[in-house]
Amino acid sequence: MRTDSETLNVEFTVNGEARRVSIPPRRTLADVLREDLGLTGTHLGCEHGVCGACTVIVDGEPVRACLMFGVQAAGCEIETVEGLALPDGSLNDLQRSFSEHHGLQCGFCTPGMLMLGTAYVRRAVAADRESVREVVSSNLCRCTGYQGIVDAVCELVCHPDGTGAGEDPAGDS
Amino acid sequence: MDDTATPAGGTRWTGNKWVGRPMSRLEDAALLTGRGRYTGDIDVPGTLEAVFVRSTVASGEILGIDTTAALDRPGVQAVVTATDLAATPGLTALLEREGFVTTTMPLLATDGVRYAGEPVAVVLASDRARAEDGAESVVVEIAEKPAVISIDQVREGGAGAVHEEAPDNILLDSTLFSDDLDSVLESSHLVVTKRVDTGRVVALPMEGRSAHAHWDGDRLTLHTSTQVPHMVRSAVAEQMGLMENQVRVVAPDVGGGFGQKCVVAREEVIVAVLARMLDRPVRWVEDRGENIVASFAGHEQVHEMTAGFTAEGVLTALSTDVWCDVGAYSAYPFTCAVEPLMAAGELPGPYRVPRYAARGVAVTTNKSPTAPYRGVSRPQITLAVERLLDEAAARLGIDRAEIRRRNLIRPEDFPYTGANLVTYDAGTYGESLEMCLAELGYDRWPERQERARAEGRLLGLGFVCFSERTGYGTPVFAGRGMAVTPGFDTAVVAMDPTGGVTVTTGVSAHGQGHATTFAQIVADRLGVEPSQVRVIEGDTDAVPFGWGTFGSRSIVIGGSAAHRAAGRLAEKLARLAAHRLEAAPADIVLENGSAHVRGTPARSVSLAAIAHDAHIAVQHLPEDEEPGLEARDSYDPPGTFSNATHGAIVEIDPGTGGVSIERYVVVEDCGVVINPLIVDGQVHGGVAQGIACALYEGLDFDEEGQCRTATLMDYLMPTAMEIPDFELHHLETPSEHSSTGAKGMGEGGTIGAPACVVSAVADAVAHLGIPVDRIPVTPQYLALAIGAATDNPDPGEQT
Repeated sequence: MRTDSETLNVEFTVNGEARRVSIPPRRTLADVLREDLGLTGTHLGCEHGVCGACTVIVDGEPVRACLMFGVQAAGCEIETVEGLALPDGSLNDLQRSFSEHHGLQCGFCTPGMLMLGTAYVRRAVAADRESVREVVSSNLCRCTGYQGIVDAVCELVCHPDGTGAGEDPAGDS
Repeated sequence: MDDTATPAGGTRWTGNKWVGRPMSRLEDAALLTGRGRYTGDIDVPGTLEAVFVRSTVASGEILGIDTTAALDRPGVQAVVTATDLAATPGLTALLEREGFVTTTMPLLATDGVRYAGEPVAVVLASDRARAEDGAESVVVEIAEKPAVISIDQVREGGAGAVHEEAPDNILLDSTLFSDDLDSVLESSHLVVTKRVDTGRVVALPMEGRSAHAHWDGDRLTLHTSTQVPHMVRSAVAEQMGLMENQVRVVAPDVGGGFGQKCVVAREEVIVAVLARMLDRPVRWVEDRGENIVASFAGHEQVHEMTAGFTAEGVLTALSTDVWCDVGAYSAYPFTCAVEPLMAAGELPGPYRVPRYAARGVAVTTNKSPTAPYRGVSRPQITLAVERLLDEAAARLGIDRAEIRRRNLIRPEDFPYTGANLVTYDAGTYGESLEMCLAELGYDRWPERQERARAEGRLLGLGFVCFSERTGYGTPVFAGRGMAVTPGFDTAVVAMDPTGGVTVTTGVSAHGQGHATTFAQIVADRLGVEPSQVRVIEGDTDAVPFGWGTFGSRSIVIGGSAAHRAAGRLAEKLARLAAHRLEAAPADIVLENGSAHVRGTPARSVSLAAIAHDAHIAVQHLPEDEEPGLEARDSYDPPGTFSNATHGAIVEIDPGTGGVSIERYVVVEDCGVVINPLIVDGQVHGGVAQGIACALYEGLDFDEEGQCRTATLMDYLMPTAMEIPDFELHHLETPSEHSSTGAKGMGEGGTIGAPACVVSAVADAVAHLGIPVDRIPVTPQYLALAIGAATDNPDPGEQT
């Protein structure tokens, strides 16, 4: 039987930087980021994969970091909210849009919403509001009633008349 | 700077540059870049993680707790039970009121357990996983007793006692207004009796509760996810036998509260006690299961009303009995009476009720305790009264809008004192209704609904009117008999030697954006930019004693205090500038970071220069001026009423019973709007929470008192797919009871939405005779009722 003190060495990159951690196999990626790497921008809202506050990007895909073990991230490229701002520290377009549209209040769901939105915006060219709502519905927010969040994401991907232009980038891929 | 000493209702300052602007929030950048700092992010070396062992049964006697196996688990440092906490008296919320039974919430269950989820022991380990391993190994032996799980069960009698002090399980039975209505009702054209039930819900802030405590030998630092840092400080000091100056409570970034964090939790006190007992930093981070099952819930009520109407639909009298299931304990400091007293005290809402009788009852059950959840009884009273009016209108053959017009408080009535002895300041009750109806296209609605029905579609339109008392001051809480009266608040506004401004205030934001709105208020007073104003909250070492943020109080009370303190500081700045510019203080204008003589902009001095002298070169000050630039003021209003009309159009899928919201219109009046972006955000979030109460969320318990909705897969918090885009419209009746003219508005969305959605759902199925007097209105209920009504043309036998 394994003892709970057994650890494994795991290497991956976080926000472009190579990291190596020695972690128990049962530690989730969320806990590895928060506890081992001090990246507390990734939040835990439910720890059972529903709320999405812990969403990070793993190899380009939004992932619930509470449902993935740290050891499963071996060799992966991980992006977290700490890596979003521009090199000079200023907010990127999505972050700025969240602020302008009041897409955050208490800020707890915000990192997860931003990472979800980041993965979506990268491939969405011309979405409609309904598609954006469907994507945002992956995660939960208790403060905003979602309107500011949907507005913020739409600002980057929706045609000014609010309609889509053909393909639905919200589709699974 | 002419009204700082003027009481509420005096002159208001003019020339707003920042107040009223939809400024993006100053706090956003940190939260958007992962630099937010929540309690769970605090990492002091050597911290022990605490995990609670919770009762698996709802009611029973503790026969024994075996911690041996747990202590053998790797990494477990300690297991603590009630025996170890014998020196702590437990939390007792006091109310001096006839019919109130005082009970105590021990920090850990001692004699017995009163709800499934009640903390029985705490395991401390080097990391969370090991603490959870240890918690699984604690063996708690409980002799289970039958659970008391509902208001109806208590009313029927014969249930066991949850607390010995209350053999009948009634913790409050208070007749607030006594009136013999029989003769009035007898002479009324119509008498409607109605029962309305509202479900038990949980606030569900995205950050659960959490606390981190550190004892440094003679002083405690407690970071905790709270709305009320000073209340926590008082409670912790009392439980630990400390002076309050030995306790520092900090609310860092707080991930939502909605009332769940405006009471003192036993867990946050325990973490503090253990940090001293073990001389190690201790952290507890609640998980979502605990937050749903073991934290504070709210809103479960039964309303039984009798109302009389004239043939024209004018209310003649209203009597109500409000039964509230307050759960297993009375939460400190508001007590379990907060819901029944609020409901019975404010049920008439925006309507003129000439004769009124009201009784409020708090029923204790073997369910998690309750706290004042957003809206506090006003979502329920709004639902109750609006259902009553809809039924009266239908039975009298009067249009739903018309019956409201005939009963709303009219412009000429203000200030209006109701039969409930509440005085309403001016609002736009009728105007908001008309504007909402126009936006909804109410005059064209019957044709649209008829067409839809002909196509087999179930469309409904609903609208509701309500008032929202905000900024409850000391007299309101004192009137209830509360031993703790959290009414006033205080702000200190200081300018440093560089001209930078710091505001410290006793209110405590958890998403409301005070760092921005308070900066806007103060910036206008001092003639500086909001970006130069730093707002500090939530640290009892840094801010004046205050009551935190709940009950839509912050902008009314804290905002007024900041406005007044900034006004005092502006007066001093004007005096110092006048001295330098050889002018009269009354002629000094503060603008764009400078002081100049009115009409002569060239005769000016920068505020930074004045600030420098006031601290660094005080020999330049007038002889009678004290050094420094700091002003303090407090505010304690009687309360001020916001109002709104909500309207919605919904469609019900007859097959599934699912309700989709096509439109949701809000016309609200919260007085002077400090920041429209933030006000709109509060409405959006509030309405979403109200929609959740109406259609989706409900804590469900089995007969043994086990919660069957213990995860977010079962307790259905709505997503962006269930919540519609909102259409908001604003009216502005400046408050006479705040220095800025602002009224509070943090709860209005949640107050109006349940009743509004229910009204629309009821309209959609009105022709099928389906009653909708209970929330949440589930798809199951609607699908079965619609199916039965469609199969059986006689709608008399609905389930």
